[in-house]
Amino acid sequence: MAVAYRSLGGAAARPLRSGFDFMRRWPVIPLVILVALVIAGVFAPLLAPLDFRDQDLALREAPPFFLEGGTADRILGADHVGRDLLSRLIFGARISLVVMTVSLVSGAVFGVAVGIFAGYYGGLLDEIVMRLVDVWFAIPFLLFALLVVIIFEPSLNVVIAMLALLSWSGFVRNVRVEVMVLKTTDYVANARIAGASTLWLVRKHFVPGVLNTVMVIASLRVGGLMLAEASLSFLGAGIPSPTPAWGVMIAEGRSYLDTSWWIATWPGTALLLVVMSMNFLGDWLRDRLDPRLRQV
Amino acid sequence: MLTLFAATIVVFSISRLGRDPRLIYALPEGYGMTKERLDALGRKLGLDKPLVVQYFLWLGNALRGDFGNSLFADRPVTDILRQKAPATIQLGLASWIFATVVGLPLGILSAVRRGGILDYAGRGFALIGQATPPFWMGIMFIFFFAVYLRWLPSGTKGPPDASVVLQLKHFVLPTVVLGWGAAAGYVRLTRSAMLEVLDSEYVKLARAKGVSGQVVIWKHALRNALISPITYSALVMAGFLNGAVIAESVFAWPGIGRLATESVFENDFPTMTGTVLAFAALFAIMSFISDVLYVAIDPRIRYS
Repeated sequence: MAVAYRSLGGAAARPLRSGFDFMRRWPVIPLVILVALVIAGVFAPLLAPLDFRDQDLALREAPPFFLEGGTADRILGADHVGRDLLSRLIFGARISLVVMTVSLVSGAVFGVAVGIFAGYYGGLLDEIVMRLVDVWFAIPFLLFALLVVIIFEPSLNVVIAMLALLSWSGFVRNVRVEVMVLKTTDYVANARIAGASTLWLVRKHFVPGVLNTVMVIASLRVGGLMLAEASLSFLGAGIPSPTPAWGVMIAEGRSYLDTSWWIATWPGTALLLVVMSMNFLGDWLRDRLDPRLRQV
Repeated sequence: MLTLFAATIVVFSISRLGRDPRLIYALPEGYGMTKERLDALGRKLGLDKPLVVQYFLWLGNALRGDFGNSLFADRPVTDILRQKAPATIQLGLASWIFATVVGLPLGILSAVRRGGILDYAGRGFALIGQATPPFWMGIMFIFFFAVYLRWLPSGTKGPPDASVVLQLKHFVLPTVVLGWGAAAGYVRLTRSAMLEVLDSEYVKLARAKGVSGQVVIWKHALRNALISPITYSALVMAGFLNGAVIAESVFAWPGIGRLATESVFENDFPTMTGTVLAFAALFAIMSFISDVLYVAIDPRIRYS
């Protein structure tokens, strides 16, 4: 009982001793980073000092302001055609937000639907669905996505679709198992005796019942999705070039490493910080909401 | 088996949805190719038959170990795979060893010294490993160790007649880039398994009986905590397949990961399907090994 109490009462129950203690209990730094990401993404046109497309060949490969030869006009330096890296970073945050939100939400909706379907009906249908999920896991995702993106011409929408296709399968297994358990509970049985339709059961019992799990899985997966998006961009099959996606910026900076290291460094650092925060937050959410998912 | 079969269907049909593979030889306007020659080429590649027939022809040959001829290199895909596979397998093994040798002890130590400096170091190592985009890590390593410090070569496997030391140097960066993520997985898994076991009744009993701290950790706890990391180790190898695509293209490594990427860009569908099939087969084998290991190590689990 004591263990259960501790994990349920959790962070909020014990008294705080110091600021450091507070930081250890709540994910302060990751939250600050993610809030900064959201603000940068939402208000990108207001925050960015310049337009992300503005080129200035006189300032090409201009170093950041703290290095010799840096200008206040390009605070974090400029890329190979003199575009402002800071502005591109800020607009890149917007791209990341859009891509992640859309692909994760659509992937989650589809995955949860499939999971509920398989768990609720069971039997042969369940068998077929789970086999399909297995097949999906066996296909090397990067190659598959590369192939599809090349065929349909790289664009933002194709990349989002690919990431949604990557993310859905992660939800199916856990949701399925949870629904199989929920199905046998007394309150679902009572609802059914009272004449509830399947759709009603799904809406009122299954979806709310698996919501915690879904949130935890989503938060644990989003970091991997961001990395997958960046990897695709790097391989030349991601979001096409003038769009300032971070993966694209890294790939562009690769050729200028020996002369201007900053081009690839800023977007890479931003990506690292954001993914790290998301993973951290995911772990924290899992421990708070659903400790049974430790193996995911 | 069924999984593999389905995976080939998916990949084959998608690869054929793309541009006409004959465009490798001739531009859209024909470029000196007459209609007759194009048709003859189509017949030679079997493009004139319906897609389903093409698939089964390919499958029949593939089962006999013949993946067709690469359109780009005009050589049997099986030959190319055989030639490129060793580089990928060597890199995979090196990374696997790196991940295990670094990740396992770090995981154990960070659990044993929970809250100490080693614990923070281990968790930091894991956080960075899981959050860094592998290709960016590769680029940064190249910049720092190859361009700036000039300690290590920036890519490729080196000339075949190079000295052993130089060949090993070529391995360092790709190995670390490919293995760090997996090592991070080891740290997290081992740490949480170890913490769980250290908190269990039988460890407490052993301690209460007066068994010394070191013996409890290494004999009682570790042997039980290792179950999930060991089964994970087979999955790590499977995960390297995706990673190899990235690591090999960053470091211009002459393996099948790079072959796969190139074949996609060249629309070389026999090579593409062949490599994907090889990848999927390796994945299936590794998952199978992982399952077998799981049962073999943990006597509590028995498949009926």
